Amino acid sequence: MRSLRPTLFKAAMTFLGWAVALLLFFPILWTVLTSFKSEVEAIAFPPAFWPSGWTLENYFEVQERSEYFGHFLNSVALSLGSTVIGMLIAIPAAWSMAFQPAASTRHVLMWMLSTKMMPAVGALVPVFLIFKSAGLLDTLPGITLIVLVGNLPIMVWMLYTYFKEIPADILEACRMDGATVWKELVHVLLPMSLPGVASTMLLNIILAWNEAFWTLSLTAVKAAPLSAFIASYSSPQGLFWAKLSAASTLAIVPILIIGWISQKQLVRGLTFGAVK
Amino acid sequence: MSGYRMKRAARLALAPSVALLIVGMIVPLATTLWLSFRYYNLMNPALGGFAGLSNYEFFLTDPAFAQAIVNTILLVGGVLAITVAGGILLGLLFDQPMWGRGMARLLVIAPFFVMPTVSALVWKNMLMHPGYGIFAWVAMKLGLSPVEWLSNHPLLSIILIVAWQWLPFATLIFLTALQSLDHEQQEAARMDGAGPLDRLVYIILPHLGRAITVVILMETIFILAIFAEIFVTTSGGPGYASTNLPYLIYVQALMQFDVGAASAGAIIAVVLANIVAIFAIRLAGRNLTA
Amino acid sequence: MGSIKLDGLKKAFGSQTVIPDANLEIADGEFVVFVGPSGCGKSTLLRLIAGLEEPTDGRILIDGRDVTHAAPARRKLAMVFQSYALYPHMSVYQNIAFPLKMAGEKADVIRVRVQEVATSLDLLPYLERRPRALSGGQRQRVAIGRAIIRQPAGFLFDEPLSNLDAALRVSMRTEISELHRRLRSTMIYVTHDQVEAMTMADRIAVMNAGRIEQFDTPLELYRRPANMFVAGFIGSPKMNFIEGARAREYDARTIGIRPEAIDWSIDSGKWRGRVERVEHLGAETVVHLSLDTADILTFRTPLDERLVAGRTIHVSPREDSIYRFDGEGRAIPGPKRNP
Repeated sequence: MRSLRPTLFKAAMTFLGWAVALLLFFPILWTVLTSFKSEVEAIAFPPAFWPSGWTLENYFEVQERSEYFGHFLNSVALSLGSTVIGMLIAIPAAWSMAFQPAASTRHVLMWMLSTKMMPAVGALVPVFLIFKSAGLLDTLPGITLIVLVGNLPIMVWMLYTYFKEIPADILEACRMDGATVWKELVHVLLPMSLPGVASTMLLNIILAWNEAFWTLSLTAVKAAPLSAFIASYSSPQGLFWAKLSAASTLAIVPILIIGWISQKQLVRGLTFGAVK
Repeated sequence: MSGYRMKRAARLALAPSVALLIVGMIVPLATTLWLSFRYYNLMNPALGGFAGLSNYEFFLTDPAFAQAIVNTILLVGGVLAITVAGGILLGLLFDQPMWGRGMARLLVIAPFFVMPTVSALVWKNMLMHPGYGIFAWVAMKLGLSPVEWLSNHPLLSIILIVAWQWLPFATLIFLTALQSLDHEQQEAARMDGAGPLDRLVYIILPHLGRAITVVILMETIFILAIFAEIFVTTSGGPGYASTNLPYLIYVQALMQFDVGAASAGAIIAVVLANIVAIFAIRLAGRNLTA
Repeated sequence: MGSIKLDGLKKAFGSQTVIPDANLEIADGEFVVFVGPSGCGKSTLLRLIAGLEEPTDGRILIDGRDVTHAAPARRKLAMVFQSYALYPHMSVYQNIAFPLKMAGEKADVIRVRVQEVATSLDLLPYLERRPRALSGGQRQRVAIGRAIIRQPAGFLFDEPLSNLDAALRVSMRTEISELHRRLRSTMIYVTHDQVEAMTMADRIAVMNAGRIEQFDTPLELYRRPANMFVAGFIGSPKMNFIEGARAREYDARTIGIRPEAIDWSIDSGKWRGRVERVEHLGAETVVHLSLDTADILTFRTPLDERLVAGRTIHVSPREDSIYRFDGEGRAIPGPKRNP
């Protein structure tokens, strides 16, 4: 009897937990299922839960009608581009502030944070005008640059908190052992903060992939990543739910996997290290 | 390397980040401020010159502005209420022992990774559609008539969509915070005769205090700036029923081409966000020295 | 190879001066311990010597060469940290090899040297392990291995034993002394534990509030403390300090009597007092006695059942072991005047 009560409790919690989990996950599951239905089945009422045919037709048609793959590649280029360039800029900055702090370091960090707090819409008009006159509207370099600037504070902050966790003793030992700054970075700092560097990159990929303010306002056709392209399905004419679902599934699956891998670090990144 | 050269190298390493943020954020912001005092319409280039406060006057007296402010506050407040309360409950639930807990958690946090345009479209079409949506089917099963979600309750619909996206964030943070709760402290409380409810009120909730603050501040910052969800579902309508401040500014600038008025609106939005940001930055600053 | 000289060394952090003016000469091959209460500046002084902190003023000379502004690696000193500061992502082998690798040594030379060092420290079976898979004592030895592989002119130890349990601490103490005997190189060792200081050091620098109060051999510090701080710091239980009429009797502001230099008797003695507390440590007993004034006197004596709390007894300090101090707390030299 005594061992039964915890088991019953656990069973109850399992039931409740999975019920809630499936309910919250349902829209995603529904999208994935619908992507394998025919258009007729997709809008069947009452809804058909399970696809009867499991067709891949929607995936092919999405590609044929709209150069889907091109937009997918734009998303990849935007996420990877802004992340890699961002890291190259953010790592030195975080290194500098974590290990060679000056009197101003605290203020610089706060200031960086405050730029992230500023609503993007505050910069929309000038950025749009500059992009227009510089011919950067609807170009990959343009959108990559602006997304990079938007996420740079998060990258610097995250790296900073990870670097800060490396004990000062170890870096001093490294200096006593005769390592130069460069060797210290390569042999000790980066290997030790590898998990942090990796999760910073993953978080930034997620944020860039899902970015939907700048992509909607600054890209149209050529450079539109998936976040902007998908919006074109919002036009009221025609209910192409199966195709919308196929396009959506492809757009969210890669990032869902990355998100699941990095869930713990994500908390840290999005709260600027306030919750670990 | 001597201390001096080291310090110089450090300043040099910091420079690109600072420069990029100045060029990418501060310069545009300053320009916005400047534009907000100018007559500037892309459709009417002949019009120009110093406008004084007339852009602000135009924006502030626009009936759409008052509605957008109300909508922005309702959106933030509604989403916060749902996600904080729901997040605490879900955090507590998934902190309990259960089979397949890790997997269930993955399902719960999944909505957070769905791009805003996709989640908005999926909700708009496949869930909330009055003719073919799942909600309509559920209503029918319950013997009710389907709700015209986006036309009759546009703002509520958007609140629901955004809450669905942010509930995982709150849950994830509360879960993380709960896991750092000291088990000996819990056991001590049990020895002191505290029941489950006492432990919730006197130990668990106070422990979550910091996490709750963080969730409120971070979500406020992001939800003040909600844009894509409105863009693809209601386009701010019907009328201005679901227009928030960022969307109003967007319409003003890129659809009505009134740069001056849009800039004035943007400055108002920045001021609004800064009121929240001050608290958020204080919080992060305290964390900095910890 | 390895004499160290501090010449008017000063260190301030902002407006706060941590070390006002340190002067010290350490001979080649000497084992010197910096000892003092926490916050006395002993670690800062060590870090200044290491080159991990820049001095505000003054000079540091190693073998007569001015290294005040030289990088840590250029000073030919190796350091063992309190936390050991091992590289967690490297194996024991890579940790020990790291300084040679940084010096650009050839791979086969490194291999031979690491084998030698690992053999001498009994680390051979663990070379492929990561630090986290080692016990505290083994980590300590890896840290020492990383220090000795460079064959430095001197070793710096920053409270290296404070993270070990009591038994291990005693055996590591012996190992480090053994190491010093074998290598014959200069060692500076920082600790707050006076037993470590007394058992290991050739000479001890007793520090207080950033100043070196006295720099001498352990026995000299015990026999002839320069002031009340040193007298109180060295020896356990602490020296008794008595002021007032009893001190004036000896022509001093304060007199100091070590707990081991007091005899007691039931019925006769110089001073009378009431036993307040008795601590039986087995081999000996520590008695806390309140004299008829407010003074408390602590003394140690062989076990005696007659010593019970509340009892009145008599005590007499051994006249030749009374230390005298002036108004500034400085020791008054010369013969003790008998009344």
